[in-house]
Amino acid sequence: MRAVRLELNGVEVAAVAEGGETLLTLLRERLGDTSPKAGCLQGTCGACTVLLDGEPVLACLTLAELADGRRVTTVRGLADGPRLHPLQEAFMDGFAAQCGFCTPGMLVAAKALLDRDPNPTREQVIEAISGNVCRCTGYTPIVDAILEAARRMAGRRG
Amino acid sequence: MAKHRGRGVASVNYPIGMNLGGDPSQALVHATPTGKFVVALSSIDLGQGMKSVTRQLAAETLGVPIEDVFVDTADSDTGPHCMGSFASRGTHRAGNAVIAAAKEAKEVLLEVAAEELEVDPKDLELDGRGKVQVKGAPSRAISVREVAQRAHFKRGRSISGRGMFLVPPSDVDPETGEMNPVTTYAHACMVAEVEVDDETGEVTVLSLKAAYEIGRALNVKLVEQQLVGGAWMGISHALYETAEPYYPDRAHGPTDFNEYLMPGPGDMCPVEIEILERPALDGPYGAKGIGEMCATPPIPAIANAIFDAVGVRMTEMPFTPEKILRALDAKRGR
Repeated sequence: MRAVRLELNGVEVAAVAEGGETLLTLLRERLGDTSPKAGCLQGTCGACTVLLDGEPVLACLTLAELADGRRVTTVRGLADGPRLHPLQEAFMDGFAAQCGFCTPGMLVAAKALLDRDPNPTREQVIEAISGNVCRCTGYTPIVDAILEAARRMAGRRG
Repeated sequence: MAKHRGRGVASVNYPIGMNLGGDPSQALVHATPTGKFVVALSSIDLGQGMKSVTRQLAAETLGVPIEDVFVDTADSDTGPHCMGSFASRGTHRAGNAVIAAAKEAKEVLLEVAAEELEVDPKDLELDGRGKVQVKGAPSRAISVREVAQRAHFKRGRSISGRGMFLVPPSDVDPETGEMNPVTTYAHACMVAEVEVDDETGEVTVLSLKAAYEIGRALNVKLVEQQLVGGAWMGISHALYETAEPYYPDRAHGPTDFNEYLMPGPGDMCPVEIEILERPALDGPYGAKGIGEMCATPPIPAIANAIFDAVGVRMTEMPFTPEKILRALDAKRGR
């Protein structure tokens, strides 16, 4: 048992984690943020992807205590109040979700990419989401939506 | 040793729903006191758009704005009966039930409105924007919200409707054993282009081009979305998915969803799809269904393209590099 203090989507939070507890359990069951999804629980599907100090990690394989004193961003942290993130808008406009289970992980992985490289190629987008499994869309609408979001964000920056 | 290109064609005629026990679906539609409508269904939305499409169908039939319709698929224990989301049947079966329920609810709505406006219900129409009005005299009108309130608090009426869809029974001909298993078929034709590496046995799908005849496309974006996702599933069936062991024995078989191979985002080819609309006579506003057929034509089209490329007939899915190399060896007489 140990106390974990972290900044979750810009808010200071704290919880007590069991030894060996994962960041995914901490987020979903102790801090009430169920937006990272519990898919395979073995690091293969990417549905639990969150940002740890801006870097994408699989929350199901990350020990909760490693998040102590660090910044965690889940898909809930993407929107700015009622204003959706351009990635979320592009996913909606481009019908890039069907059942929606992979969507939080896809959005977080895509955000990590665009934060690092605001103008990625199609191949870079494919590379960035290659750890995220989707079983509905055939990926094409997701890749298209991420590229569209990059274009829109470039347009806003002028 | 070289890479060979090939092109293959496949056609599919796909039955919508089934005929066992009439393949029934039922729906209930009712108005709340504020004049919104709720469609109760047990048909499940698993991402294919069941809720969006039935919402559209109810709004269209009732003649109210789509924002005023809510679809509740919360509980198949307590909801009206549905056989389920399978056999490409949802839009067709549940859709027909929703239309029937909405028609009955609309009749009550017009009856109550007619009493309030002191006119004959046959002279009334909905303007599609939330008002019931006298045909040819739109200034004589009452809002749907007000009709609902009068029904609830003054007239003691329930603005509601029941919808049932049951396929007419088809008897088996005792002489020939023939029967009519379904009432409508959707159709598609697909061309696959592949590249086969005769050294590694690997198949790369370069493109899929298809035309789908699906009755009326009730929601074109959802149709396209399902056809593109289905094309990916078809590639997966054709080239990747199997629970059988990898070479050489069962101990090397997939043990989890990571090892159960399916194509990743980098394995997806461009998919070009044309939608042809020939409304089905018994479909909801002419719609058929596209659920399962979107994943089927890539399999034979890819098999035929492999034959065109390297001259071997693949008859067992998935068409793995090992099977292709063995077939090439057999062809060369090794």
